[in-house]
Amino acid sequence: MKDILRYSFYEMVRSRWVYIYTAFYLITTISLWLLSNDNSKVLISMTNITLGLTPLIGLLFGTTYYYNSREFIQMLMSQPLSRWNIFISVYGGLAITLCASVLVGVGLPMLFFGVLQTETLSIFLILLTMACTLSIIFSLIAFLVAMRYDDKVRGLSISILIWLTFAILYDGVVLLLLLVFKDYPLDQLTIGAIVLNPIDMARILIIMKLDISAMMGYTGAVLSTFLGKTWGTGLIILSILTWMLLPLLSLRRLGNHKDF
Amino acid sequence: MIAIKNLHKSFKKNHVLKGIDVEIRGQGILALLGPNGSGKTTMLKCFLGMVIPDSGEILFQGNNIIGQYVYRQSVGYLPQIAKFPENLTGRELIELMKSIKSGETREDALIDLFDLSSELDKKMSNLSGGNRQKVNITLALMHDSPLIILDEPSAGLDPLSIKKFKDFLRLEKERGKTIIVTTHIMSLAEDLADDILFLLDGQVYFQGSLSRLLELQMEESLENAIAQILDSKKKSPSHERYIEV
Ligand SMILES: Nc1ncnc2c1ncn2[C@@H]1O[C@H](COP(=O)(O)OP(=O)(O)OP(=O)(O)O)[C@@H](O)[C@H]1O
Ligand SMILES: [Mg+2]
Repeated sequence: MKDILRYSFYEMVRSRWVYIYTAFYLITTISLWLLSNDNSKVLISMTNITLGLTPLIGLLFGTTYYYNSREFIQMLMSQPLSRWNIFISVYGGLAITLCASVLVGVGLPMLFFGVLQTETLSIFLILLTMACTLSIIFSLIAFLVAMRYDDKVRGLSISILIWLTFAILYDGVVLLLLLVFKDYPLDQLTIGAIVLNPIDMARILIIMKLDISAMMGYTGAVLSTFLGKTWGTGLIILSILTWMLLPLLSLRRLGNHKDF
Repeated sequence: MIAIKNLHKSFKKNHVLKGIDVEIRGQGILALLGPNGSGKTTMLKCFLGMVIPDSGEILFQGNNIIGQYVYRQSVGYLPQIAKFPENLTGRELIELMKSIKSGETREDALIDLFDLSSELDKKMSNLSGGNRQKVNITLALMHDSPLIILDEPSAGLDPLSIKKFKDFLRLEKERGKTIIVTTHIMSLAEDLADDILFLLDGQVYFQGSLSRLLELQMEESLENAIAQILDSKKKSPSHERYIEV
């Protein structure tokens, strides 16, 4: 397991896209800080950027990475290793790299700018946790899509569709639903809409911490008034864990049934 | 050593293995023959757990191995179309294989046999087809496994390399190994094999010794015997099967 993980990780860091991705975070974080000189402002901007970017990059890297690892996986298949061990280790190499990009690109410079000493520390930690969580969830979904579809073009298109759905279409559809059913009590619907989208959950979790009601939007406001902050946060954490667990279960199922 | 019972496998609507029953008892070389698409590779992949059978049993040393993996420690496998990370060198692959599979290795003997040392520092994608196959064979055989499964090992090898490789396999046989080889080169099968397993349309058409097959078909050479089977099958598709154990 350790060897596969190490090999997959090396395989990832051989790709220059990983460096471009990390460098992008580094440059953005540093420039924002130089412009504003204000940690909390930088954190708010980086929240918006990472929440938008981590799902997209997770999906794109996840699909291409699986297709690039297919040979390696086939080679491992005839060795004395369990299928679960193979898939989780190969995927692990991807997840570790994506999280490392965020930690190095956003975390390191912020540490350097003294984020530990300010009251923004908790926001900083939530931001990093959420960026890693979204990277893990969406790269895993992409990995599954690629496992399911042997055709690269198809797999990549489906991944992009998933991103469009969660990052762009989703909010529009929810808003539309809220408008159409505006005469009914909408709290349940709204909460349902939040827990079905990991990106929304990550955003609301950070915004609740930031305590900027103006940025919370309708859904966030409903969540904190209807459930209260503690329960709202609890529900979100539970849902996010479910969002990680379900794809892991499908990885196991798909991994055990796939022919090579 | 290996027993396969009523093994079925379909890919979507393509029913590839239609109730395979095979028993491989002792040591020696078994040639797995059959026309293109008859299910040879699929059967071997089922044994290795790369393809999941729809139904049936596969026993190795008395244990059902479907869904298991530890038994692969005792198997050296050469895939028909070897899939390796292309941007690694042969040497890196050998190291990788060592870290994946435990036990003594003897890659140096194989590198010597194929005169490979000058090719090992090139990336796999830059090797000639035959040299790739030599690296593949090295990876498959570097562990001293009691069971060796070779899917088209001669593909791409030059005559001298084939000869050396045959000698190597004979030596392995003398050391008590069980070897399963698929090939379309009848002279190779004739040269090496103690027994023949002939698949036709996803079923076992013949299993038994080479001499028995020749006797049954009243032919002098394996090539003619096989050609005759395929020919008679064309004339009467429901031809009776010979199964000898
Ligand atoms: N992964 C797969 N998905 C779908 N169909 C497959 C797959 N692998 C094999 N097949 C089909 O199974 C059938 C048998 O293939 P197999 O590779 O077992 O034949 P073979 O006897 O090894 O042939 P050859 O002599 O050409 O190597 C073929 O019709 C092939 O198209
Ligand atoms: Mg084949």
